[in-house]
Amino acid sequence: MNRRPWILGFVVFLVFVFLYAPIAWLAIASFNSSRSLSRISGVSTQWYVELFDDSRVLESLQLTLQLALASAVISTVIGTLAAFGLRRAFPGRGLWTVLLSLPLVVPEVVMGVAMLGFFVKIAGIPLGFGALLFAHVAFSLSFVVVVVRSRVSGMDVRLEEAAADLGASPFVAFRTVTLPLVAPAVVAGAAFAFLLSFDDVVISSYLTGVGSTTLPVFVYAQASKRGISPEIVALSTLMVTTTAVLLVIGVMVASWRARKAGSSAQLV
Amino acid sequence: MTGFSPAEASTPDTFAPVEIGLHGVRKRFSDQVAVDGISLDVHEGEFFSVLGPSGCGKTTVLRMIAGFVDPDEGRIELDGNDMVGVPPYRRDVNTVFQSYALFPHMSVWDNVAYGLKRKKIRGDELKRRVGEHLELVRLSQFAKRRPAQLSGGQQQRVAIARALAAGPQLLLLDEPLGALDAKLRKELQIELMRIQREVGTTFLYVTHDQEEALVLSHRIAVMNAGRIEQVGYPEDVYERPATRFVAGFIGTSNILDAEVSGVDGEFAELTAPGATRLRARFSGSVGHGRKVAATVRPEKVHLFNTTAEPPAGWCVLQGVVHDVVYTGVSTQFVVDTPGGELVAFVQNAQRIDDAGAPGQPVRMAWDPEFTVLLEKADD
Repeated sequence: MNRRPWILGFVVFLVFVFLYAPIAWLAIASFNSSRSLSRISGVSTQWYVELFDDSRVLESLQLTLQLALASAVISTVIGTLAAFGLRRAFPGRGLWTVLLSLPLVVPEVVMGVAMLGFFVKIAGIPLGFGALLFAHVAFSLSFVVVVVRSRVSGMDVRLEEAAADLGASPFVAFRTVTLPLVAPAVVAGAAFAFLLSFDDVVISSYLTGVGSTTLPVFVYAQASKRGISPEIVALSTLMVTTTAVLLVIGVMVASWRARKAGSSAQLV
Repeated sequence: MTGFSPAEASTPDTFAPVEIGLHGVRKRFSDQVAVDGISLDVHEGEFFSVLGPSGCGKTTVLRMIAGFVDPDEGRIELDGNDMVGVPPYRRDVNTVFQSYALFPHMSVWDNVAYGLKRKKIRGDELKRRVGEHLELVRLSQFAKRRPAQLSGGQQQRVAIARALAAGPQLLLLDEPLGALDAKLRKELQIELMRIQREVGTTFLYVTHDQEEALVLSHRIAVMNAGRIEQVGYPEDVYERPATRFVAGFIGTSNILDAEVSGVDGEFAELTAPGATRLRARFSGSVGHGRKVAATVRPEKVHLFNTTAEPPAGWCVLQGVVHDVVYTGVSTQFVVDTPGGELVAFVQNAQRIDDAGAPGQPVRMAWDPEFTVLLEKADD
């Protein structure tokens, strides 16, 4: 099997080039002093400076972060409760499980239309932060449920029996045994929900209001209207960096908690 | 630690108060009866085993006592108080689970402290009692480790310490040694006996391993198909099995279909295929012509070749050696007789070259005191 390790190594290298070359270009181009994207002429941070002078960027950054945070908190709480609810046997549990994961495969364009129609036109929630929050919670929920449920259903019920046996009431058993054991999955689910909200373009583009645009929607609008400018490249680089940092923190927290719990690292 | 000296504990007082009493307990799961009307008294300070094959309902009995399952019928009394409907966390009973069920996110120390903390024991008292119980299972130096960093045997000892530290009236043990290898199991058996003698807590031990039950227990209840077949001291259930199931499940038994042909004092004279003489001590009524099963343990059987004479008055059965299996301590002879294949274990303390080879005619003989009569209808 290992007679040609360099071939495997080379393939892996190519995969990484394929995956990361565009992002590497993005990062390099953002520090280019020239306005041209194809010609590197010097190192400069001017595009970043311009970016932070642009009030539209700062406003949408604030909105995006608030939205991602609120959506993550709400969908994590509801999703975790749902994951525990699905643990018990009840009529139609299989159907509910499928229904909860359906939003994962419904095309986003369709979800956007549905949410615009329902939340805004029917339920009367104004465009902007309110509508965005409802929509983001709705599509993040499925991910949280899937992530937390895998951990909850893998948990040994004897542990909770042991807690009860040793005198813990159901609430105390949940607080001292169940919750600490599912915490890595809850943290991972929350990180997932945050990133999903932070990254979303398609659904959000239906629901942004005047003066309340999320960062990804702003980037997309700028790029499609005026072409790719160095400011947009710099902004994109920042967003990639933020996402990557959050992902790394999420994985580290999850694996640290899992190691503390004596089992192997398990994000999903 | 309560004042149980080893001498006292090894002969527990059967007149000691009843710790846990089951009265007509029945439990049915959707498609089958798991426990079919069981009554049982376990006395304070006893090491009591429930022995039976898997699926006989013994674990359900344990789970009903712990409070994880409620019986459909009957009473479960702890110290005279009916426990049915009381949740597990309000019962003064703790369980050692087969899978250990140690909390993986806590250290050994925190695992042992868990039950004490639920009883609002704090500070120095908590430290003292956790330390005491870690010492009891000889794991003081592992207090800071996580369960995953311990071997299976060590984890089992933590589980025992955790359950005992909470100070239960009754400790339930659900096949606690089932997941361990044979050598470790032997070590932990001795450890368990020592711990039980030391703390004096009543142990209710569930196992399918008959040898384990014989070694550990003051008394044993043998269970089969949701019912109790026999309750007794280890010598009782082994030497005087009450039913054909007990005779077959505990150790090896030779079972002969026989018929009562007469009564001679305290002994019944029996006829059976291939038997020159077959006698058994009996109690109660054994009518002439009654069909019974006569059983004898393989280690009670002596083998004689055609030239040697068995002692007078012994039971004698004719046969032909079919197979000889050397097992180290003893040699196992499988003998074909007109009544079926029977087995004799001969200690390898003496030379056995005479009654040796397969194909050789042989006489199986034993003291009639060792013949046990069972109901024929029992099979």
